[in-house]
Amino acid sequence: MTTATEPAGSTAGQELGVYEAGSTDLLRFATAGSVDDGKSTLIGRLLFDSKTIFEDQLESVEQVSKDRGNDYTDLALLTDGLRSEREQGITIDVAYRYFATPKRKFIIADTPGHIQYTRNMVTGASTADVALILVDARKGVVEQSRRHTFLATLLGVPHIVVCVNKMDLVDYSEEVFENIRGEFTEFAARLRVPDMTFIPVSALKGDNVVDRSAHMGWYEGTTLLSHLERLHVASDRNLVDVRFPVQYVIRPQQNDARDYRGYAGTVASGVMKPGDRVLTLPSGLESTIESIDTADGPVPEAYPPMSVTVRLTDEIDISRGDMICRPNNAPTVTQDIDAQICWMDETASLTPGKKYAIKHTTRWARAMVKGINYRVDVNTLHRDEEATEIKLNEIARIKLRVTQPLFVDKYQNNRQTGSFILVDESTNKTVAAGMIGAVSHGY
Amino acid sequence: MKSHVLSQLRSLEAEAIHIMREVVAEMQRPVLMFSGGKDSIVMLHLAAKAFAPARIPFPILHVDTGLNFQTVLDCRDRWASRLGVQLVVASVPEAIDRGLVQEEPNGSRNRIQTPVLLEALEKHGFDAAFGGGRRDEEKARAKERVFSFRDDFGQWDPKNQRPEIWNLYNGRVHQGESIRVFPLSNWTELDIWSYIEAEEIDLPDLYLAREREVVNRNGMLYEVNEFTPLRDGETAERKLTRYRTVGDANLTACVESEATTMRQVVEEVAAVRLTERGATRGDDKVSEAAMEDRKKEGYF
Ligand SMILES: Nc1nc2c(ncn2[C@@H]2O[C@H](COP(=O)(O)OP(=O)(O)OP(=O)(O)O)[C@@H](O)[C@H]2O)c(=O)[nH]1
Ligand SMILES: [Mg+2]
Repeated sequence: MTTATEPAGSTAGQELGVYEAGSTDLLRFATAGSVDDGKSTLIGRLLFDSKTIFEDQLESVEQVSKDRGNDYTDLALLTDGLRSEREQGITIDVAYRYFATPKRKFIIADTPGHIQYTRNMVTGASTADVALILVDARKGVVEQSRRHTFLATLLGVPHIVVCVNKMDLVDYSEEVFENIRGEFTEFAARLRVPDMTFIPVSALKGDNVVDRSAHMGWYEGTTLLSHLERLHVASDRNLVDVRFPVQYVIRPQQNDARDYRGYAGTVASGVMKPGDRVLTLPSGLESTIESIDTADGPVPEAYPPMSVTVRLTDEIDISRGDMICRPNNAPTVTQDIDAQICWMDETASLTPGKKYAIKHTTRWARAMVKGINYRVDVNTLHRDEEATEIKLNEIARIKLRVTQPLFVDKYQNNRQTGSFILVDESTNKTVAAGMIGAVSHGY
Repeated sequence: MKSHVLSQLRSLEAEAIHIMREVVAEMQRPVLMFSGGKDSIVMLHLAAKAFAPARIPFPILHVDTGLNFQTVLDCRDRWASRLGVQLVVASVPEAIDRGLVQEEPNGSRNRIQTPVLLEALEKHGFDAAFGGGRRDEEKARAKERVFSFRDDFGQWDPKNQRPEIWNLYNGRVHQGESIRVFPLSNWTELDIWSYIEAEEIDLPDLYLAREREVVNRNGMLYEVNEFTPLRDGETAERKLTRYRTVGDANLTACVESEATTMRQVVEEVAAVRLTERGATRGDDKVSEAAMEDRKKEGYF
C-alpha cells in the first residue's frame, strides 16, 4: 500500500534511515517547583549555553530586558512569551521549547510554579520522561516543591532531577546543598520515585547547567545537560502488554480499495506482529493479525508510539473505542474505577453523585462519582478520609461507576491504558486527570 | 534484541497521524487550513498517510489573500487533484469588495484575513480546523495546545486554556465554538525540512535557491516582481536566494542561499542563526506581542 502522493514501491523515508532505531531519539522533560525558583531562567540558560537560541530571539529578549532597566538579560523571557507573563514576571501556562544536541532531541515543557496554575503543570508533566524539580537554595524544600514532586510521581514521570538552584546566593555552599538533598530524600522516600538525581546549579550564572561550575569543586556529578543526554529512557516503555485501542476504522469508499477494512490506532504498549493471535474487546472474539499497514507499506512489527493500521484475518465487528490485545494478556474489563485524580476546575468542585463525561484511550462514556475514599494533603501526604468535596488543585482517591465497560490497566503498569480525563458535560472543560489504581474485576 | 526505539522524526509523524485520526473520529466537520507553504503541505502529506488507502476525509480551505506567488497556487492545485480532496477557497480581495474587511495602510493582509477565515469556517460549519503552526515558530505559539479551543468569535484565550493531559484530547464544543488543531506542534523547522527531504515531498520551487533580482529593504531581501516592484531610488541586484517561509508575496522576503537541493536546504537550516519569521516576515515585527494579539482575534 502506498499513499496517493508517492509512486508505488517508493522507498522514500527508508533510504535516510529515519525509520531505523538508533538514530536520534526524543526525550521529553518538564520543569517543576515553586514560583520564582528559576525554572524559566534555567531553560533559558540551557538554550543559551547550548547555543540553540536564534539571534533574533536573543536580541528581542535583550532589548526587552534593557527597556526594563535590568542589569542582565532575563533569560526567562525566552519561554515566558505571553504579554501577561512578561508583565507579571511569572509563568502562567506551559511553554514548549525544542533543542537538539548531536545525542538527542529534547522537548521541553516549562511549567508554571504558581499554585493557581497547577493544572498547566500537570499538562506539561503528563507526557514527560523526566521532571526537573527546582528548589531555591535559600528557601529549601517548600510546599510547592512537595506538591509538584508528588504530582510528578503520581503522573508516573520515571526520572526526577532535583536542581538546587541559586547556588550563587548561598556562596556555592556544599552544606546548603547537602541539607536540601537530605530533606528532599526524606520526603521522597514516601513516594514512588524510581530514579532521582541531585545537581547544584545557578541558572542565572550558568553553573553546572551546560558547563561545569568553577565554584563547586566539591561536586563530582555531571552537568544537567550531560545528565539529560545520557539518561536511559527506552526501558521505561511497556513493550510487554499488547494494547491497541482502535481509533478509527478505515473503509475506503473508492473502487480501487473497496474490500479494505483496517483498524487504525496508536500502539499504546507491547509489540505486535503479523500472525499474532489477538483478542478483541469488548466482543471477546479472537482473530489473527493479517497485516500491519502504514502508508509506506506493511511493517514486520509495531511498537509504541507507532501509528499503524491493523488488519485481521476474520471479519469481526470492531469500532472506535474497542481494544485489541492478546488472549493470554488482556486488560481488566470493568465499569468500576478506583483512581487518583487531580481536580482542575476552579468553578465547581467534585462531590459524590456528580456525573461527568469520561475519556479513556479512544473511548468516551459517562461516569458517576460513587465516593471519595480520601483526599491527600500534599505537604504531609496525610490522607483525609472525611473529605466530602474535592476542589481546585486537590488530589484525591475516588470511585467511579462508568456507563460502559472500560479496558484498563493500573497506571503504574501502563500510562496509556491507566489514564483518563473527566469532562464537565455542561461547560465541556477538562476538569480532572485520573490515574487508575487498584483494578479488581478480571475479564 | 531489537531496541524498539522509534526515531524522533517517526515519533513526530506518528503523533501527527494520531492527532488527525482523533479529530476525524470525534469532530463533526473538520477542515485543513492550507496556505500552500511547506508546513501545510507537510500536514496534507501526513493526512494522506493517516487515512490511506482511503482518501482524506475532509476538505482543505485556502484563505486566498490575492497576494500569492503563482507557483504556490500551482502547487496547491497539484496537491488537491492528486489527492482528490475538495478545495474550498475564501477570497480576501472579494471580501474587501464586499466591505467585510478593509485594506490596511501598509498593504499587509495578514490581519484582515482573520475575519475572512472566520466567515468561511462559520459558513461551512467547520468545527475543527487543522493548522500548520509549530510551537518553535514564535513565543505565543509556544504556549498553544494541540487542541486549541476557540469561542464563538473564534478567539483564543491564552490565560484560560483547557488542560491537555497525555494524548487524551478534548474536542468537545458547543454550537458555534470550534477547535484549532495543530498536528505539527512539536516539529521544528529542521524537522520539517528533514522530513520533506526524507519523504521527497513536492513543494513550490520557491523554496530552492536560484538567481533572483532582489532589493534590500531594512536588511531583508525582496524579489523584484509585480508584488514588490522597485521603488524610487532603489536599485536591484542579482543574488542567489531561496524562500524560508511563504506568506503574502508583498511581505515575504527571501534569504541568500546556495541550496539548490533539499539536502542542501537541510544543511543550511541546521546551521542558521535566525528564526524563519525573524528572517523573512516583514509583518511580524510590528510589536512584541503581534502574534499573540492576532491569535486572540482568531488568527491561525
Ligand atoms: N541569583 C540568582 N537568581 C536567579 C537564579 N535563577 C533564577 N533567578 C531569578 O529568580 C527570579 C525568578 O526566576 P524565573 O525563572 O522566572 O522563575 P520560575 O521558577 O520560572 O517562576 P514561575 O514560572 O513563575 O513559577 C528571576 O528574577 C531570576 O532572575 C539563580 O540561579 N541565581
Ligand atoms: Mg517560569
